[in-house]
Amino acid sequence: MTTGRPKLNERVTAPFGRRLCEVTRNLPSGGYRIFSAVDPAGPEPAAGQFYMLASESGWGARDGRPYLARAFAVADADVEAAGVRLDFLVQVVGPGTEALAKVEPGERLWVTGPLGNSFAAPGELAAGAAGAILVGGGIGVATLAIWRRRLLDAGIPARVLLGFRDQANSGGLELFDCSEIRLASEDGHAGHRGYVTDLLAVLLEGDDTGSAAVYACGPPAMLEAVRVMCADRDVACELAMEAPMACGFGACFGCAIPHADGGYLRLCVDGPVVRSDQIDTALVAGSGH
Amino acid sequence: MEANGTIAPDLDISTELCGIELRHPVINGSGTFDAIAARRAFGDQLLEEFPFSAFVSKTITPEPRAGNPPPRLWETPSGLINSIGLPNKGLDGFLTSDLPQLAQLPVPLIVSVMATSHEEFARLVLGVAGREQVAALELNVSCPNVKSGLIVGAFPEEARSLMERLRPLTEKPLIVKLTPNVADPVPVALAAERGGADALSLINTLRATATHPGTRDPWLGGGTGGLSGPAIRAVALSQVRGVADAVAIPVIAMGGITTGRDAAEMMAAGAKIVAVGTESFRDPAAGTRIAAELAEELPRISG
Repeated sequence: MTTGRPKLNERVTAPFGRRLCEVTRNLPSGGYRIFSAVDPAGPEPAAGQFYMLASESGWGARDGRPYLARAFAVADADVEAAGVRLDFLVQVVGPGTEALAKVEPGERLWVTGPLGNSFAAPGELAAGAAGAILVGGGIGVATLAIWRRRLLDAGIPARVLLGFRDQANSGGLELFDCSEIRLASEDGHAGHRGYVTDLLAVLLEGDDTGSAAVYACGPPAMLEAVRVMCADRDVACELAMEAPMACGFGACFGCAIPHADGGYLRLCVDGPVVRSDQIDTALVAGSGH
Repeated sequence: MEANGTIAPDLDISTELCGIELRHPVINGSGTFDAIAARRAFGDQLLEEFPFSAFVSKTITPEPRAGNPPPRLWETPSGLINSIGLPNKGLDGFLTSDLPQLAQLPVPLIVSVMATSHEEFARLVLGVAGREQVAALELNVSCPNVKSGLIVGAFPEEARSLMERLRPLTEKPLIVKLTPNVADPVPVALAAERGGADALSLINTLRATATHPGTRDPWLGGGTGGLSGPAIRAVALSQVRGVADAVAIPVIAMGGITTGRDAAEMMAAGAKIVAVGTESFRDPAAGTRIAAELAEELPRISG
């Protein structure tokens, strides 16, 4: 497999089939966990792409669940001696995330990916957009971490706004450079007491709204608020979305979300990054479970 | 098995289905693998290492269908409920957009079709069978996601009259996909055979539903769906044995096949070909692995 950092808008294709990758760390990060796996056979992913993950052992251990692999956006990736190091952020919400959170260094994961599309550079989304505003909520901050690094590598300025519900539902800050982050928390334990969209509103009211594109990932209600704010102000915006997904490569047709023109998008192959004008609502039935 | 997962050349498990030569007995279940989308995800490596010996398309209907509203999936113990609703581009969209891409696959193409009347079924068969890229057709009379799809596959006289309408339209093999959502699939299987079916495939998904964990309302946007995966394998094995014992035409077995041993058990129960569905969701290359494992298992059956 050839390696090399993909271009900002490049959709990287995956090796065909799943493969075993050794976990090299699994550490608490706030209420979440950050774990890394080394992929000896895969390419370097683009920001926005995701992997289907399952633990080699213990999968199916709880009443025959988890059965299917689970989709995770890559939070960072870098070429190391043994392969491409892939970082993931996980929050335990069900049997799949519970099994993944328990994987110890030295144990292995089944990995398929990288899958899906990638974020587009600000200039691709709107003529004259020179900077990026990244808006993350909860576990959704993961995909914005790798996007921020890739933007900085390309010399594109990025401002980062992250919001969390409370201390138990926060984490992943070490994936960013903390000095650049503006934080919001609903319980006030860090930063602005309130929603991350409050911070976005302040930025969008500034003088430079025409020069930045917005990239958001988080719970459906947050994405919907961002979508509406950007639409009202005619700001270019991409949303990294989530839907229940069995396969990750277009086979199951499960991850359908309504398209603004009628019909459905398959988030795994038409997304997970969608332009906000491709959809009429980010409130996708079935997400968040 | 060689390092790259392909079958060692000395283990010949090539076979045929209704005269179509297959390099191994493992194909895909209709609607469980989108080769066009998979090529976007995996590039041309998909063609070089194509996991199935024939490719069965998702079901084509006369007019385009968007499919069911989400949510469409629910994981169960060792299984999956889907309520997809047969999204497809319709006959014209399939012929102009999908067929040229599917014709690039390195294996024979079987096209699955479904309609709600004899006339519409006939239109599909004539439209699809006339294309040289199409090796065979599968008639979906069993999809439990579409209310009207249940009827033909549930009543022997319906199955026989449909086959008698369609059989004269083409010399290409017609495979009837049976529904498991009947008390006994054998009468419908016999009716399809008498009506001129060249092969039978079974089982489709078992009708199932799921409950929203918070509200206790129905979870699936389509209300009900179909259960697949290892959870249904024992049901599939039973129905495959019953049908294979009753008919003389070849049987394509599917339902939770995950390993070569599962495939060998289906073949021991009378199946000539096996199809992989849900396991491909867990590993897109599962078909290749199962075929290789089957090559190790088969000598134990045939002795």
